[in-house]
Amino acid sequence: MTELATPSRPQRPEFRNINAFKDLPTYRLPLAGWVSILHRVSGALMFLLLPFIIWLFDTSVTSEYSFARFSALFSAGAGFVPGWFFKLVALALIWAYLHHIIAGIRHLWMDVAHAVSKEFGRSSAIVTLTLSMALTAVLGAKLFGLY
Amino acid sequence: MSVNYGSKRIVVGAHYGLRDWLSQRITAILMVLFTFVVLAQVLFTRGPIGYEAWAGIFAAQWMKVLTFAVIIALAWHVWVGMRDIWMDYIKPVWLRLSLQVFTIVWLVGCAGWAIQVLWRL
Repeated sequence: MTELATPSRPQRPEFRNINAFKDLPTYRLPLAGWVSILHRVSGALMFLLLPFIIWLFDTSVTSEYSFARFSALFSAGAGFVPGWFFKLVALALIWAYLHHIIAGIRHLWMDVAHAVSKEFGRSSAIVTLTLSMALTAVLGAKLFGLY
Repeated sequence: MSVNYGSKRIVVGAHYGLRDWLSQRITAILMVLFTFVVLAQVLFTRGPIGYEAWAGIFAAQWMKVLTFAVIIALAWHVWVGMRDIWMDYIKPVWLRLSLQVFTIVWLVGCAGWAIQVLWRL
């Protein structure tokens, strides 16, 4: 840690061992931080829904008959759960995949280009968040039959 | 606990994460390429995508080989990522170990299922 010799600096809050309830509501996370935590959240979400993803793969490629079951999940639903709920789950997965892949490519770009400046961190975070949400909106509109 | 980060970091010894770091990036590149390969085949399909066109994408032998490699890469990639999450947030050793074992079982099971679906096509 570097000791700064300027005594006129204002006292900033210091966060160690962040408390989820006390600190997080007032913690102003920079945009690059949002990309980072959402990278984790999206990855964990896809990890938990992996069986559902493989079920979709299974039913969509195995046979004509299973393909019909795959389509019916999103139109008729399953059991007491309506089809739109599964569309929402699919939309969450679409967002998770898009965010994860774009944030991942951002990481790879930083690795190969040594693009580790504060400015690039912020501008690429804006690109990542905008692009992932815009593509999610476009695909979501398609999923819910808006066009 | 003594300070072991920044300039005080002890840089000798094995398992400082380079292998995990590198394998996560290599598996990521493979999955990005796979995404574009699937996407290109979907986009260049003429007419609506029904069962025939969709299953046909995965029926080609080269595509099966590629998809197989991607399933393995995915499981490896997720293992590194989930292990990072458990190591960051879960402190009790018994719970962390249990969650890591659960992650391995979950991933091996899912990979087995996906591979079964793929190779019976």
